[in-house]
Amino acid sequence: MALDIATVRRIARLARIRVPEEELPVMAEELSRIMDWIEQLNAVDTSNVAPMTSVADMRPHQREDAVTDGGVPEKVLANATDRVGNFFTVPKVVE
Amino acid sequence: MSDALTHLTIAEARDGLAAKKFSAVELAHAHIAAMEAMRDLNAFVTETPEIALERAGQSDARHGAGSAASAMDGIPVAVKDLFCTEGVQTTASSHMLEGFVPTYESTVTANLRKAGAVMLGKTNMDEFAMGSANITSYFGPVKNPWRLNDGKDRVPGGSSGGSAAAVAARMAICATGSDTGGSIRQPAAFCGLVGLKPTYGRCSRWGMVAFASSLDQAGPMTRSVRDAAIMLQSMAGFDPKDSTVVNEPLPNFEAAMAGSIKGLKVGIPIEYRIDGMSSEIEKLWQTGIDWLKDAGAEPVEVTLPHTKDALATYYIVAPAEASSNLARYDGVRYGLRVSADDLTDMYEQTRAAGFGREVRRRILIGTYVLSAGYYDAYYVKAQKVRALIAQEFAEAFKKADVLLTPTAPFPAFAIGEKMDDPVQMYINDVFTVPASLAGLPAMSVPAGLSADGLPLGLHLIGKPFDEATLLRVGQAVEQAANFTALPQLLGKA
Repeated sequence: MALDIATVRRIARLARIRVPEEELPVMAEELSRIMDWIEQLNAVDTSNVAPMTSVADMRPHQREDAVTDGGVPEKVLANATDRVGNFFTVPKVVE
Repeated sequence: MSDALTHLTIAEARDGLAAKKFSAVELAHAHIAAMEAMRDLNAFVTETPEIALERAGQSDARHGAGSAASAMDGIPVAVKDLFCTEGVQTTASSHMLEGFVPTYESTVTANLRKAGAVMLGKTNMDEFAMGSANITSYFGPVKNPWRLNDGKDRVPGGSSGGSAAAVAARMAICATGSDTGGSIRQPAAFCGLVGLKPTYGRCSRWGMVAFASSLDQAGPMTRSVRDAAIMLQSMAGFDPKDSTVVNEPLPNFEAAMAGSIKGLKVGIPIEYRIDGMSSEIEKLWQTGIDWLKDAGAEPVEVTLPHTKDALATYYIVAPAEASSNLARYDGVRYGLRVSADDLTDMYEQTRAAGFGREVRRRILIGTYVLSAGYYDAYYVKAQKVRALIAQEFAEAFKKADVLLTPTAPFPAFAIGEKMDDPVQMYINDVFTVPASLAGLPAMSVPAGLSADGLPLGLHLIGKPFDEATLLRVGQAVEQAANFTALPQLLGKA
């Protein structure tokens, strides 16, 4: 199996997705099946190939470095699940 | 009368509105009634009849004053629920975004609105556009209006399954879709529609819920090739808010369709003849080649040797980008929040509860291939194979003006099939993913029915920013195929 349970536990932590301990074996098996299938790429010779980093053959356009938007706290906060004044809230992180 | 109104193409509706044969409000009413009558298909997450009638009224005023905004003025459109729409819930069919009401409008829907289009509602889709059967939606699967007599509901394809079902069932004249690896073209094939994925950079991605940013592209889903040209005209264009959108004047796509395809070289990629492809699909492909030959085009064999590696490449690149894009769903600023005492706990529980199984799977794959120690082995490797795939297309286009392939290896399957193994589901996109990786424009055109009576599509791939040739050849396929069948749900025409 490409991914063992410890690896899945670690990447779930990195991805900030809780995977209950009892679901780890199933998830490891599913992900391993996908990764095993992906391994076929190892057979492709890419020794003289530069990785593709942009799709279109073009330079991203630039614009003037100026403020174009802002000053709309009500819009920004409209979908907050919890707000205090003009702030989003999170659980206490500093004791 | 109202039944006839829902069977019009965009071009016919445009001409009817201009000739004052009916009003935009009448057109909207007919489609709202169809939308309500066919709720069983589950094509819409949110219906917006009030907005439709209001915008139709405004459209009638413009038509009355002789100042129609565009060919789309007054045309009822369904919008895939990953385009942010100001004041209207936008969910990407995820529990994570249930109840999310954007305070802004995506560029593509703003362009359509400016063109006078009338939004009917927001269509169901695979969650965050991750799927090929519309079965990963938090709001339940969409049923394909094409059905057989075996009592089983078929999938509409995905991820733009709600959009495809809505247009095929005559609830909307046309719909927006988005395509990352085939999400416009495969559902179009499954539902007997035209689906066009433009060149990467043709339509702005601003305000679209992001899946894989180097692949995502919006496009039209319509009942004719001409309609695809008309609708694309109103969706595409430069946008300072998307740094990857091309800054060039748009051609007139409808006008560019005129003319014959005589002498055009149609590339037939030999590697697309894959194991497991049904003989029906293979036969249809050959028929398509013959059609284009009869229309004066010249078929030429081309070779794309890394076609077989495209899917595996895609399933590294797309999840990698998704894991990064979907990091924004943290329960803090919008979307679902599961309360917890500790911040990390809140993130982890929110994301476990908000994302469905396939989305979690892809985020974990993406996190893995980007993680320390694996980045070069997987992600960089995939980017290199992607470069090879793009180079091969460039080579092929030295010999050919356009490529012809099937759209999908099989017709629509029953809801519940192909669900046990994710890799089996991924095979749906084997013919559509390569063009996505290379950023090329591609289109599915309905070409016939399977022996059972389900729609099959042919797939055209064009040179970068040459949608015009794609549309012209697509029209030749359309004329030869003369696809007039209606979904069984609608009965005989």
